Amino acid sequence: MIFKKFNIENKKARDLIPQAITVLALLSVIIYFATNAQINMGNRGISFGFGFLNQEASFDITFSMIEYDGSHSYGRAFLVGLLNTILVSVIGIFFATIIGVVVGVSRLSDNYLIAKVAEWYVEIFRNIPLILQIFFWYFAALRALPLPENGISFNDISFLTIKGWYVPKFIWTNFNIFLLSVIAAFIAIYFINSYATKQREQFGKQLPSTSISLVTLILIPLITFLFLGVSLTFEYPVLKQLSSTVYTYEGGVSIIPELIALALALSMYTATFIAENVRAGILGVGKGQKEAAASIGLNKNQILKLVVMPQALRIIIPPTTNQYLNLTKNSSLAAAIAYPDIVLVFAGTALMQTGRAIEIISITMLTYLTLSISISMFMNWYNKKMAIKEK
Amino acid sequence: MIKSIKTWILVGFASLLLVACGQGGGGAGSKKSKTLDNTKKAGFVKCGVSQGLPGFSNADASGNWSGIDVDVCRAVAAAVLGDADKVKYTPLSAKERFTALTSGEIDVLARNTTWTLSRDADIGLTFVGVNFYDGQGFMVRKNSGINSVNDFKNGISACTNTGTTTELNMRDFFNSKNISYEPIAFEKADEVVQAYDAGRCDTYTTDKSGLAAQRTKMSNPDEHKVLPETISKEPLGPVVRQGDAVWEDIVRWSLNTMIEAEEYGVNSSNASSLKDSENPAIKRLVGSEGELGAAFGLDNEWSLRIIEQVGNYGESYKKHIADTGILPNRGPNQLWTKGGILYVPPAR
Repeated sequence: MIFKKFNIENKKARDLIPQAITVLALLSVIIYFATNAQINMGNRGISFGFGFLNQEASFDITFSMIEYDGSHSYGRAFLVGLLNTILVSVIGIFFATIIGVVVGVSRLSDNYLIAKVAEWYVEIFRNIPLILQIFFWYFAALRALPLPENGISFNDISFLTIKGWYVPKFIWTNFNIFLLSVIAAFIAIYFINSYATKQREQFGKQLPSTSISLVTLILIPLITFLFLGVSLTFEYPVLKQLSSTVYTYEGGVSIIPELIALALALSMYTATFIAENVRAGILGVGKGQKEAAASIGLNKNQILKLVVMPQALRIIIPPTTNQYLNLTKNSSLAAAIAYPDIVLVFAGTALMQTGRAIEIISITMLTYLTLSISISMFMNWYNKKMAIKEK
Repeated sequence: MIKSIKTWILVGFASLLLVACGQGGGGAGSKKSKTLDNTKKAGFVKCGVSQGLPGFSNADASGNWSGIDVDVCRAVAAAVLGDADKVKYTPLSAKERFTALTSGEIDVLARNTTWTLSRDADIGLTFVGVNFYDGQGFMVRKNSGINSVNDFKNGISACTNTGTTTELNMRDFFNSKNISYEPIAFEKADEVVQAYDAGRCDTYTTDKSGLAAQRTKMSNPDEHKVLPETISKEPLGPVVRQGDAVWEDIVRWSLNTMIEAEEYGVNSSNASSLKDSENPAIKRLVGSEGELGAAFGLDNEWSLRIIEQVGNYGESYKKHIADTGILPNRGPNQLWTKGGILYVPPAR
C-alpha cells in the first residue's frame, strides 16, 4: 500500500522521509559512539563491566545514614551517596518551600518594609551564582563559628561549632509501638477530615477540623508513652579533649557543617524562585474572585484558604516542580565543599579508585534521571489533584 | 515550498552526519606512534598538570607554569619539537586526570601521580618512571600537642583530597591503629587547605611534599608542622596512555636523560661544551656518539636539547623544590651514587 503511493508528490511520504532519516542518523550516532568507545577501550586494555560494584570500596565516608565503612562494597558506597543526595534535597525542598511561600506572600504585603525586605531578598539571592553562595556559607559564614572548646551552647545540650552542630541523640525503647501510633494518628486524622467535609457539604456545619487533627496527633502517641512502655532518653554530646588544644564532642549526633552549608545555600537560592512563583500565582487569581468571596461573608483567612490558594496553586505548582528538580540537580555541587553526595562519593572517589568512568557516569546519570522523574511524577499527580474538578 | 526546502536541508544535514560517522574511528594500537605524529603536527605537547602545587606544577601570576612535573613535559617538548616552551598545559583535578589522558585530551600526565598496580594495569595507563619518591604524612597545628601519629585519638578529623591514594592509605592507617576518625575529602587541594586552616579538621594528610608545599599557602605557615612518620610509599611519576609504545619510550627516556645527566655532571651550562668529552656515556648524552634518537624517530640531539633547555634533574630539583624552601633536603630523591634511590637504566 505504502509503496504504491511512494513518490515525492505524496505528502505523507514527504513528511515521513526526513523523520526516518533523522531517526536513522541519531541511531548511527549512538552506535558509532558505542562501538568507538568499545574499540578504543579494547585497544587501551580497559575492560567494561559492573562487577566492581561488589568489590571492597576501602575508603571511608564522613557521613552516612546507613551503616558503612571501607570494608563495604562500592555498591554500598553508591547507596550512601544516593541517600545523602536525597537527604540534602529533601531538607532543601522543605526549607525552600517554606521560605519561598513566606517571602512570596510578603512581597505582596501592604506593609512597605516587609514587602521591600522580601524584594531585596529575592533580588540578591537569585542573582548570585549558587556555587558562590555555597562557598559563602561554607567558607565565610561557617568559618566564623568557634572551635569545639568554645562551641556556642544551647542550654548545654546542643553545641554549634566549626566541626559541626552536635545535637542530642534520641534513644528509644519500643520505638515500633511509637511509630505505629503515629501512623494510627494519621489514619484517624484522615477519617476526621473526611467526616468534617461531609458535615460541611451535607449540613453546612463547620467543624474545627484543624484543631481536632492537631490534638489527635499529639494525644495518640502520648498514650503510648504513658501506658505502652514507650520511652525516650537523650544522649547529650560531651566535650572531649584529644590533645592539648584539640577538642571534639563525643556522644550525640553530629550534623556536619557541609550538610548545613549546602542545605542553607540550596534552600535560600531556590526559595527566591519559589517566592516569585507564589507571587505570580496569587496575583494570577482575579480580583473579582476575592471580592465575590468577601461578598458572601467569608473572612480574610477563609478567602485565602478556600478561594485564592486553590486557584493560585494551579499556577504555582508546575514552575515550582521545575525548582524542585533544579534543587535536586544542583545538590551535585556538593562535591565542592566535601559533602559526601553521590557525585563526590560515587562519581568522584569510586570513579577514581576503579577508573570505570563510563560505567560510573552512566549509573550516576541514570540515578539523577530516576530521581528527577520521580519528583516530576509526584508533582504531576499533585498538580492533577489540584486541578479544577467539574462537579 | 518552504517546507520542502526545509526537508532537503534536513536530509542534507543528516547525510553529512552519516559521512562524518564513517570517518573517524580507528583509535590507537598501530605500530607507528600516532601520538608523536599528532604532537609534531600540532606543534605542542599536550601536558596535564595539577591545579597548583608549588614545586611540582604551579602557574605564576602571568600564567607561566613551573615545577619538576612541568619540567618533564618541557623535556618531552624539547626532545620532540626542539623547543621546551612548546607545551600546552591543562590543569586537572585528581578526579579528572586519568580520563583526560585516556580520552586523548592530554598526551602526558605529569601531575604528582602515585604509581600503583591497579592504576598501571587496570585503567589503560602506563607509568613511565618516578620523578619524585614521596610518602604520605600528616600536618597538625604546632600548639596541638600532637608530636607523633601515636598521639592521635578516637574522634580526630582528617582532611584530604578525594580520588587519591591518600584517601585509601588514611583508612588503612587509622584502621591499623584502631582509631575512629572523621574523613573529610575535598575535590581541590585549595579547599582542603582552607578547611584545615579554618579548623574544620585537626589534621591534614597527603604526600609529604604536598604538605610542605601547601603549608606555604596557609594564613600562618609557622603555626603548622608535619609529623615525622611516613605512612605509605608514594612514587610519583609521569603517565602516558597504554598502547603507544614509542611515545611511552620518549617520555620515559626524557625523564631518564635528566637524571642520567645529573649523574654524569652534565648540566644546562656545560652540555654543549662536552661534545668532545672523553667519556662515551657523556658523548651519548649530548648526542656526539651513537644513534640513540633514531630508535624513537627523533634526531640525535634530542637529549642535548633536554639538558640545555630544561637542565638536569638536580638543577630542576634545586630550582623548584629546594630553593623555594619546600624540601631543601633531597632525602630519597638523591642519586644512588650519593645515598639516594634515583637510579636509571643506562642510555646506550
